[in-house]
Amino acid sequence: MSKHTDQPDMKRREFLGKTAIAATAATVAPGVMLTVANAGSDEGVSSDTRWGMLIDTNKCADGCAACVDACNKENGIDILSKPEDQSDEMWNAQRPQWIRKVKLKDKQTGVVTNLPMMCQHCEHPPCEDVCPTGASLKRADGIVMVDRHTCIGCRYCMMACPYKARSFIHSNIAEQVVNSPRGKGCVESCNMCAPRIDGGATTTACQDACMKDGHQAILFGDMKDPDSAISKALKEKSSRQIRADLELNTGVRYTDV
Amino acid sequence: MAKMHYRELWCESPRYWGGLALLAFIIMLGMAATYHMEHNGHYVTGMSNQVVWGLPHVFAIFLIVAASGALNVASIGSVFGGPMYKPLGRFSGLLAIGLLAGGLAVLVLDLGRPDRLIVAMTTYNFKSIFAWNVILYSGFFAIVGLYLWAMMDRRYGAPYYKPLGFTAFFWRLALTTGTGSIFGFLVAREAYDAAIMAPMFIIMSFSFGLAFFIISLMAAYWWAGRTIGELRMTKLKNLLGVFVGAVLYFTLVYHLTNLYITQHYSVEAFVLLNGGVYTTMFWLGQVVVGGVIPLFLLYSPAFAHSRLAIASASLLVLIGGFFQVYVIVIGGQAFPMNVFPGKEVLSSSFYDGAVASYTPSLAEGMLGVAGIAIAMTLVAVASRMLKVLPENLEDPDEGEIA
Repeated sequence: MSKHTDQPDMKRREFLGKTAIAATAATVAPGVMLTVANAGSDEGVSSDTRWGMLIDTNKCADGCAACVDACNKENGIDILSKPEDQSDEMWNAQRPQWIRKVKLKDKQTGVVTNLPMMCQHCEHPPCEDVCPTGASLKRADGIVMVDRHTCIGCRYCMMACPYKARSFIHSNIAEQVVNSPRGKGCVESCNMCAPRIDGGATTTACQDACMKDGHQAILFGDMKDPDSAISKALKEKSSRQIRADLELNTGVRYTDV
Repeated sequence: MAKMHYRELWCESPRYWGGLALLAFIIMLGMAATYHMEHNGHYVTGMSNQVVWGLPHVFAIFLIVAASGALNVASIGSVFGGPMYKPLGRFSGLLAIGLLAGGLAVLVLDLGRPDRLIVAMTTYNFKSIFAWNVILYSGFFAIVGLYLWAMMDRRYGAPYYKPLGFTAFFWRLALTTGTGSIFGFLVAREAYDAAIMAPMFIIMSFSFGLAFFIISLMAAYWWAGRTIGELRMTKLKNLLGVFVGAVLYFTLVYHLTNLYITQHYSVEAFVLLNGGVYTTMFWLGQVVVGGVIPLFLLYSPAFAHSRLAIASASLLVLIGGFFQVYVIVIGGQAFPMNVFPGKEVLSSSFYDGAVASYTPSLAEGMLGVAGIAIAMTLVAVASRMLKVLPENLEDPDEGEIA
């Protein structure tokens, strides 16, 4: 027979208290652990640097697509496969293209130019302005990229980009590479090999490939460091921005366009 | 003046439930289409990295623009003090809420990640017109909801009727300005990047919204076997005529402005002369079907007393308006961006300098039509639950109108 009493059941109170403490610990601990784990590496990027590129179009060879292939490999674009029931034409319009080769002819003089086209890493990126969630962002070091955790796939940035630099992931992803995770329904674009650069590398995949093929048309570096190769080259040669009229102050510059 | 009596929409069961069942079926088809597109990814649609906004956006923008316009009838009643319009105010507010809900449903279900809607509602980039629109759209529901209450609750709501009417009116102007600015603020694309987009969208909303209003009002009264007086129909009809004319005027000014700018010659040639399907949609769809024929139906003395002419004109205004939004949204993207001014593109793997092709898929169309069905269902259900429609809209006797 149980003993009846009007005293509160202290065991129950104790149990509630302990449960509350455990629940709080379980909620807070992962955050604390993550903060502690990141403490060493989370220096962040600095605005003392502005990563940029200089493309020497005279050196960019007609028919060569080494930069495109290298970018596709680096960012796992080459392992994406065309959905079975999709036409080649549509797949070409839908597959991601972070960098593309373009061949131009001047309407007046007939001069032909070859160049690689990619995200121009604007100082004032229209894609960042229009993004409703702030997923489209510019890092302090000038790299423009998409935070794929907050991208809702509205594609407004693709409407706003004057360079058609962005791609939307139209189908399911079977395989991906570690340094470039992607998911169906998000937007992505060239991030100047941010994972490589953050890991201490000084060149991008496209630059390496261009160099390896002996063209040396792509020069990557810190535009704010007066001693960097790109700063010196920019001082020596006259270069221009694509659609300079938009005053976006692009991080990618071209000579002889 | 005789007191206006409002009564829930009531008609015999088969008629009402049959209509609702049809709407529900259309919505189910739209849900199936959404599942198909979201499960497989957008590759099953006609959209691509070249034409990134497709048919669902056309439906969504069309409905959102119409939504703010549908509220006009209420605004004329409370802000501008039109006694003939006042009894229509409740239905006007309800229709506005319904159309906006339908349009937003389509917009959200076409996102790449609709499951992340909560991100869009909690993380704001205040430089983005889209982020502003999230606030403007949510606010519209709240304000028009309160406005509706103020119109319906004669005891407690009445003191708030005027202030809420004004707030709703200014809010709807802001909302359509926001929608127009989605395009107006895109510097990159030549078909957009024009401040006139915002006022043009406002005038489009007047026209599409009123056309929607006239059709749904006539349909509701036919459904319930009630009558609408001649005088009121004539007022609505004449107002629609003014709005249709105004849309044509804004279209003219928009194109004239572009034609003055050398840089925009080619985009103008694309829309007006050699854009193929877009040129046809502009001249035949927007100008003839959505402008000239409705104006004729509305103003020709031959149709002065024809209800059918008013209904047809309203329907044609909507069809023409749909084509107008299609030409703006899809045509504006199909026209190649001028990335390299002064250069001809000899080759590119990414369709630089080439007109982008877009063929909408059936699923996109089903989602869009489901948006209209959602709007109509909301209005039909709410009209049966709430006293939004006057028992009769017969013309008032002589001298009753102040």
